[in-house]
Amino acid sequence: MSSTPHEITPIKLSEDGLGARRSPLRDTTIRILHSRSAVVGLVMIVIMLIVAVGADFIATHDPIKPMFGVAGEVAPLPRKGPCVPWSGCTEPMHLMGLDQNARDVFSRVIYGSRLSLFVGVTVVAFSLSIGVMIGLIAGYAGGWIEDVLMRAMDVLLAFPSLLLSIAIVTIVGPGLQNALLAIGIVSIPVYARLTRASVISVKEMEYVTAGRALGAGAFRLMFINILPNVLTPLIVQATLGVGTAVIEAAALSFLGLGAQPPDPEWGQMLSEARSLVFSAPHLVFFPGIAITFTVLGFNLLGDGLRDALDPRMRGTH
Amino acid sequence: MSRFLVRRLLSAIPVLFGILIVTFVLARSIKGDPCTAILGERATKADCEAFTARNGLNESIPTQFIYYMGNMARGDLGQSFRSNRTVVDILVERLPVTIELAMTALVIAIIVGIPLGVLAAYRHNSFIDVFTMTGANVGISMPVFWLGLMLSYVFAVTLKDTPFALPPTGRLTAGLNPLPYYEVWGWVVDGQAPNPLWVFFGRFYVLNGLITGNMQLFGDALKHLILPAVTVGTIPLAIIARMTRSSLLESLNQDYIRTARSKGLAERHVLFTHGMRNALLPVVTIIGLNFGFLVAGAVLTETVFGLTGIGRTLFEAITSRDYAVVQGVTLVTAVAFVAINLLVDLFYGVLDPRIRLG
Repeated sequence: MSSTPHEITPIKLSEDGLGARRSPLRDTTIRILHSRSAVVGLVMIVIMLIVAVGADFIATHDPIKPMFGVAGEVAPLPRKGPCVPWSGCTEPMHLMGLDQNARDVFSRVIYGSRLSLFVGVTVVAFSLSIGVMIGLIAGYAGGWIEDVLMRAMDVLLAFPSLLLSIAIVTIVGPGLQNALLAIGIVSIPVYARLTRASVISVKEMEYVTAGRALGAGAFRLMFINILPNVLTPLIVQATLGVGTAVIEAAALSFLGLGAQPPDPEWGQMLSEARSLVFSAPHLVFFPGIAITFTVLGFNLLGDGLRDALDPRMRGTH
Repeated sequence: MSRFLVRRLLSAIPVLFGILIVTFVLARSIKGDPCTAILGERATKADCEAFTARNGLNESIPTQFIYYMGNMARGDLGQSFRSNRTVVDILVERLPVTIELAMTALVIAIIVGIPLGVLAAYRHNSFIDVFTMTGANVGISMPVFWLGLMLSYVFAVTLKDTPFALPPTGRLTAGLNPLPYYEVWGWVVDGQAPNPLWVFFGRFYVLNGLITGNMQLFGDALKHLILPAVTVGTIPLAIIARMTRSSLLESLNQDYIRTARSKGLAERHVLFTHGMRNALLPVVTIIGLNFGFLVAGAVLTETVFGLTGIGRTLFEAITSRDYAVVQGVTLVTAVAFVAINLLVDLFYGVLDPRIRLG
């Protein structure tokens, strides 16, 4: 944690008597690795990545095909609870039990990680690129352009995000892709506001003025001189944004507007199992744990990055 | 102060105008012909023409927008296609369900979240701090609807037949009559329609049970409210606890705290009078900003717990393309959102002179 007293690193003197140089990148990496929550979050995300990439090897069964007529399976199949060998269950192993259509829940949860990570990354990539453009233009141009763009962002922010994404999905039609689009649009204002606020504080800096004096065009000033210097808060927000996107996509799927059956999407699995919670709680329990684990990973990493990258926050978290 | 007030009020106008445009555009983007949606597939062409003319749908879009603004200004939010009731009627009946839920959730979040945050900050880096903040992180990362389902399983199935059992659905036990206060007190003569405002307040069952002295109604309504309110309140609770902690930590590092300590003030006094007072500002903002979470939480939680509040109404209206209801409910929610932000800003201005003078 950053609140521990700063370590005093002895300055190693090199042959020519100058201090050993440390690159800013290395400095940052060290600071990130010193943040407990960043490391824990990173580990959780890496686990999810391994699960997603290696789903074909980790999953014990087909995520979509029901278990009817499979050798060794004993009736009644649907909604059967978890069966693990080391708890004395002699039937074929189902770590998380079978669902209402006699599919292996463990395999579905494993494959679900692919969809959820895909959702998180796509949504953030979409809203980040558009939001940064809007924020850069608004902050750089100022005047009426800024007013129009930022008021539009205020209007988008005036609607609770879930309601707005439900409305957008209704207009474009349900489905995972449209849900992604809706969540993406709804998250644009956050990035736009953040970018604009940083751009305003950076654009009067001397190196920007110097760039302008050297004859750099607006495009070059915005993307080469300003953008790299406003990235820090955006990186933090984008990391947290992945978690938010995963949860919102799950919520839309839960309401029947996102991923459709038989996709093994976690929110969709919860939606299908909703009415069965009192008779087969394992169908609800495991997908929810998977969502919480993934989102927690990104939230922890985001918090840790903020502690490590944002000097103002240091010492308070 | 009045200049700050006027400036802040004026800045809300373009946003409100934008909200009107967005709800108008949203409603008109929903596919399908409103005539067949309302009059049914068998409506004749003449019927449809009469209908469009009556509702002003044959006018140009800008004219329609002006009509729409006029109606909004008069408080006429239109009529539901499906239930044939006015949108205002539906709001009067269902808004209290959501307000009751959201307020209870917010109260839980504040009375649990702030003390947890204070404790974590005061015992910085202790076991309590780490435990509370881990809990808060998990709370923020959980899907609301999943938490609702798990809570209802634990309290309705696992703890069944214990004193801790809680009902997982509905607002009241079946058969219990929530006799509203205006009937108990004889304000309404038989066969006479009560004032909509009375009905609105009568729909707050907990309040209604309390003021009429109907303890059975009060207790039953409260019992039904606990699980959904805890579900909706978890995320705000976690956010409030984290914010209180980091903001109090920051204020405890200030020079005036050292001064207060060095002049020999009791630690309790330093913490609550000097530390908390300055730490509360960001917490107030965060409480205001949680409105979005409360509304989103309400949509999902009402679905899980079978409550007919505004969230579920909106969700059902959107999926069944009942666009007058969509328009009305979205508008009311968004306006409430803007109003709450305005209140938070004003409150902030009252607490911190630098903001209102700046």
